[in-house]
Amino acid sequence: MSTPAVRMFRKLEGLFCVYKPSGVHWKLVRDSIETNLLKGLNSSPSLPLPQEVRFLAHPSDTHPDSEAEAPKGLTLSAASVPVLSKHHLVTGPEFQHIRVGVGHRLDAFSSGVLVLAVGNGNKILNNLYRTRVTRDYTLEGEFGTATDDFSHTGRVVERSTYGHITQDKLDRVLAMLQGANQKALLLYSNVDMRSQEAYEMAAQGLLGPEGKSEPILTGLRCVNFQPPNFTLEVQCLNETQKYLCKVVHEIGLELRSTAVCKGVRRTRDGPFTLQDALTRNHWTASDIMHAIRQFHSLKRKKKHFHTQTKDPVLQPPEENVTTASEQTETSDEAATAVGRVK
Amino acid sequence: MTMASSCTKLCLQCKGLLRSKTVASTWQYSTQVRHCNTVTRLPTKFLNGSSVIGGNLTAAHARQRWKQQVFCYSGLTTRHLGNEAKEDNDLEQSSGAHVVAYKSPLLPIRDAVPATESQISLDLDAAAELSALEEINDEEAVSISVPAAIPPASTSLRDYVDQSETLSKLVQLGVNLWKLEQRPNVGSMLLKLNFNTDVAPRLLFLKEIGVEDSRFGYIITHNPFIFSENLENLRARVNYLKSKKFSSETVASMVSRAPYLLNFSVKRLDNRLGFYQQQLNLSASNTRSIVARLPRLLCGSLEPVKENLKVCEIELGFKANEIQQIVTAVPKVLTVNKRKLTQVFDFLHNTMKVPHHLITKFPQVLNTKYLRVKERHLFLEYLGKAQYDPTLPNYISLNRLVSLPDETFCTEVASATLDDFNLFQKTL
Repeated sequence: MSTPAVRMFRKLEGLFCVYKPSGVHWKLVRDSIETNLLKGLNSSPSLPLPQEVRFLAHPSDTHPDSEAEAPKGLTLSAASVPVLSKHHLVTGPEFQHIRVGVGHRLDAFSSGVLVLAVGNGNKILNNLYRTRVTRDYTLEGEFGTATDDFSHTGRVVERSTYGHITQDKLDRVLAMLQGANQKALLLYSNVDMRSQEAYEMAAQGLLGPEGKSEPILTGLRCVNFQPPNFTLEVQCLNETQKYLCKVVHEIGLELRSTAVCKGVRRTRDGPFTLQDALTRNHWTASDIMHAIRQFHSLKRKKKHFHTQTKDPVLQPPEENVTTASEQTETSDEAATAVGRVK
Repeated sequence: MTMASSCTKLCLQCKGLLRSKTVASTWQYSTQVRHCNTVTRLPTKFLNGSSVIGGNLTAAHARQRWKQQVFCYSGLTTRHLGNEAKEDNDLEQSSGAHVVAYKSPLLPIRDAVPATESQISLDLDAAAELSALEEINDEEAVSISVPAAIPPASTSLRDYVDQSETLSKLVQLGVNLWKLEQRPNVGSMLLKLNFNTDVAPRLLFLKEIGVEDSRFGYIITHNPFIFSENLENLRARVNYLKSKKFSSETVASMVSRAPYLLNFSVKRLDNRLGFYQQQLNLSASNTRSIVARLPRLLCGSLEPVKENLKVCEIELGFKANEIQQIVTAVPKVLTVNKRKLTQVFDFLHNTMKVPHHLITKFPQVLNTKYLRVKERHLFLEYLGKAQYDPTLPNYISLNRLVSLPDETFCTEVASATLDDFNLFQKTL
């Protein structure tokens, strides 16, 4: 039987992304979203109580034992009373648990786009996990200190000067790092670099590790340099946020100084960007429903676009959820990869 | 005859079932009668049905057996046909006398449970004589009580709600039975309550002291044990509070908001009030106002409050008179989580550079969520408006920083739009 709450739940199944603030564990985010969704679902109007017919004694004789003696004539009256055992105060709320799944996790120190899935959307989430989807990060760094956990809240281990660092030196170090990462990318592709197959894969942007591997940075550049602070933009695969803090630390070391990571912020996770992310005051059932509807319409549009530009070689073997934007992006990287391989 | 034999076969089966069920319930019932006066529904229904029979014992015995058979057969039919034409007898009034009188006819039936085949065959003959198709007059038809098919033991109160007057009335008052049955033993306690002798007097008492009817559901859901408190004790506690110069409306509001309040003894309430007065060095009227606004202070344990006070004094560095002012304005500071308190204070004092005396002036900042203060402050800092010193121009008071809703904050304090604030939140 489809109650208004069940109909609302059908509309809530899908994927959406939220902006996780820093200092908060991802599990708390997931739990508060689940609580808000339950609140929204259980507040929808419930069906009226079913009625049943009962034969009630006539209330003329107040002493009920007198009923035992045969009452004068039939003094039973039929009454339609609601069945209280179906009342929501007795059976409990209609929805007591919703499956809310989390995509690629974010540790407590970092902030940014966190993908969540509700109900049947969890299956699509699995696909997202399995396909090779890159993530975009913004790393804030500061020269001059080194700490034990590579972030600015850790215990200071070393201090150094940074006066000698220029933008040029930084760019050189970043280029060197990027080259090393490209090599790792090719290495993990499981393809002989001298074959035609490798060339074709590179041309379409399909080079890369399948499943778990070392974290690989597919793109790295400096967007802001004001010593001692600097900001890096990173595209990566299979990473953890701790690894990214370590990258900042290593950049400091390469520059003969020290650096510490002040902030890790994820700006994109696959097709989900910062624009679609919901901030904390929008974590309500209605806003989430709106975001999921947007995701569904986007998926439909891209499928349509996908079928229009259908090319049997272009079609990745696994799933049909890869979006066009991700395809174009990987082909860009393939172009650069091909350039480097040469 | 074939129909009669099949009828009797059915009767035998359900008789066996029913006998064990009724025996179990009569055992239950007899032990209960010895221990307490409350009466549960099923066994008395059974007894009441048989109380129709008057006259001598042997006739009653035979008729009762017949009644029992009719009883189970009709039970079967109702189960099969699905329409429950139950009589809603109000059986809580049946007196002890009936109970004692009819225990004896039950004894032979109880002993008959490990019955031999011959005995059952005897019953079969009896059944063949008094078949269910016999004509009975209307009065007897009306007096056949069909027992409700409620289980003797269940994990949920929803099996008993329709038959129990107490439970139905509690649901109508707005009590969340589902939440209560999760707590151990509360469900059985509620089932054993008699509405007219246990529940109604206490609800009338609450109404007397001024608690509104709409709050009864909330109070009972949070404190079902109010029904096991002696009325005299409840009156004594209310009188004690009134003697401490709490007005009756204040007492009513305190009871509505802290349902466990009247379960505590006068001595304990006295202890608590004394503690708050001494520890914080407050006047009597200030203590009264704190307790009236946060009646939970009288209910919970004092250890967390002592810890919070120590934290304020030692870790946060507030002086005694400052703590007094803060607590008088915002009593919640006494029960807030220590870690959250220190986190907010740390941000306020070390990052926003707000001095102690300003925080004392606006104590509600200690009660806000850390993320809210952080985001708003960083937004103002980004706009260049983060100025909390009253002596300098463009001063933003702390209470406007935290208490205003988002939209008003954006337009009035930050002179920006809500969208800008959202976009800024995504850059943090």
